[in-house]
Amino acid sequence: MLLQTHGLSRYFAGITANEDVDFDLQKGEIRALIGPNGAGKTTFTSMVIGRLAPSKGSIIFEGQDITHLPAHERVRLGMAYTFQITSVFANLSVFENVALAARRKMRAKDATLTAHVTELLEKVGLAGRGEDLASDLSYGHQRLLEIAMGLASAPKLLILDEPTQGLAEAEIAAFKSLVRSLVPETTVLLIEHNMSVVMELADTITVLNAGQTLAFGTPSEVQANAAVQSAYLGGSEDA
Amino acid sequence: MSVTAKTLSLHLGLIAVLFALQFILGPYQQGNIARIMVLATYAIGYNVLFGYTGLLSLGHAMFFCAGMYGLAIPMYHFSVPAELAFLMALAIGAGFSLLVGLLALRTIGVAFMIVTLMFAQAVYLIILYAAEWTRGDEGFVLVQSTRTLFGVDLTDDTAKYAAALVLFATALLFTLWLVRAPTGRVLIAVRENEDRASLLGYDIHRHKLIAVVISGTISAAAGAGYALLFGNTGSTFATVQYSILPLLWVLLGGAGTVLGPFLGTLFMYYLIDYAADVTNAYMLIAGAALVALTLFAPTGIAGTVRKHLWRWLP
Repeated sequence: MLLQTHGLSRYFAGITANEDVDFDLQKGEIRALIGPNGAGKTTFTSMVIGRLAPSKGSIIFEGQDITHLPAHERVRLGMAYTFQITSVFANLSVFENVALAARRKMRAKDATLTAHVTELLEKVGLAGRGEDLASDLSYGHQRLLEIAMGLASAPKLLILDEPTQGLAEAEIAAFKSLVRSLVPETTVLLIEHNMSVVMELADTITVLNAGQTLAFGTPSEVQANAAVQSAYLGGSEDA
Repeated sequence: MSVTAKTLSLHLGLIAVLFALQFILGPYQQGNIARIMVLATYAIGYNVLFGYTGLLSLGHAMFFCAGMYGLAIPMYHFSVPAELAFLMALAIGAGFSLLVGLLALRTIGVAFMIVTLMFAQAVYLIILYAAEWTRGDEGFVLVQSTRTLFGVDLTDDTAKYAAALVLFATALLFTLWLVRAPTGRVLIAVRENEDRASLLGYDIHRHKLIAVVISGTISAAAGAGYALLFGNTGSTFATVQYSILPLLWVLLGGAGTVLGPFLGTLFMYYLIDYAADVTNAYMLIAGAALVALTLFAPTGIAGTVRKHLWRWLP
């Protein structure tokens, strides 16, 4: 078991964003976290990565209680997070963005680091863009840069918050094969609205609704689930 | 030429030019440049925190004074030799900035500005209160015969200029190294996007503390150098004005550039110098120039050069 949460809850001034979420994530799987807008997906992952303190409940990563660890220490334990709203270092070069992410782990010589960063940029489809400022990239390319930064530390758990938003069809196809190539070394937790991405990539799906777990299962089980259909999918797999 | 080669030739070139200047300039200008180099060292210290880490302090005069009195009190009252007193000043500067950092970094943004301002005011009042040691407002003058470093008489113009250049060059090359080293790059990441840097696994608080200590220690070195080279101390150096000046120098020269602090100090020093020749209201001219620069070159002199000419400028 890589990640578990027990009774994880978060309240914002009386509004319940998450209520008693019990969540188990196996090593090596690709898990999708879906749900309608406002279901509490981002609140949940923010608590997992440590950007937001839970109101109650606990988070266990590789058997260690990390509920009270600050975000940077969770990252050091092997988590990585890509932001839903692109959050790259806009005024730094694309190369430096990834290098910052890679450098912490590999106090390596410049040449090794350069090779590693170049390889990562190639992997996500940003080869040759290293010298550009991150702010000069299109929105979709900034999303790819986010993913490269997430991968740079070779994380055990990679949390992707709506990674395909703003990507073109071809880029989405490349993204899918990229994510597939990461498992089983990396476990992936994917928040995604694009149902074709979810259905094709995910081994299992957790559905959140109104801050609570509504359903859990394989893609076909979730598709067949009546409660999920009424809450979210509306009977169609192409939401 | 590689970026490293270009960077090194530019910065070493500046040091070489400053070295050569002493043979060209008359004694008055030589004295000016020596003073500018010491003040630019102070600005370099300020720039580490403000320009590279993105933390705006309004109380850096306290670090300058920690160095100034950290050197001058042992020399004046206890006849400590200058070499040892300078090291003491550095240690006091480092320790004091660590303490201030631990307390002030519990706040962010505007609160950080206010807290540093208040700490600096406290230091100013302590200097006035401890008049027995500091002679308060009027300060004291270091006896000429004690102002020697390794047997070199620092009251001599040439020696003074050389010492100022060594101090400045050390601070300049140190920051050049720092901002290209992994730690310095994390400081830039903290400035650019704190949240993101934290989610790359960097301890933001620790890096901010490192920046405060480096910044405070360089500022203290400048304060100690000022007392040693120009011989005087005084509570004026602890006033708000001396906390605002490095901010202006850095803004003018280019925040977050290695050369910026020197360019800004040089520009403003001569601006005020020339304006004072023209009118008594010389601060009016200085103010107008500042407004113009802020309007037309908001990234400062070196920042504008980096934007339009040399993108590799560190």
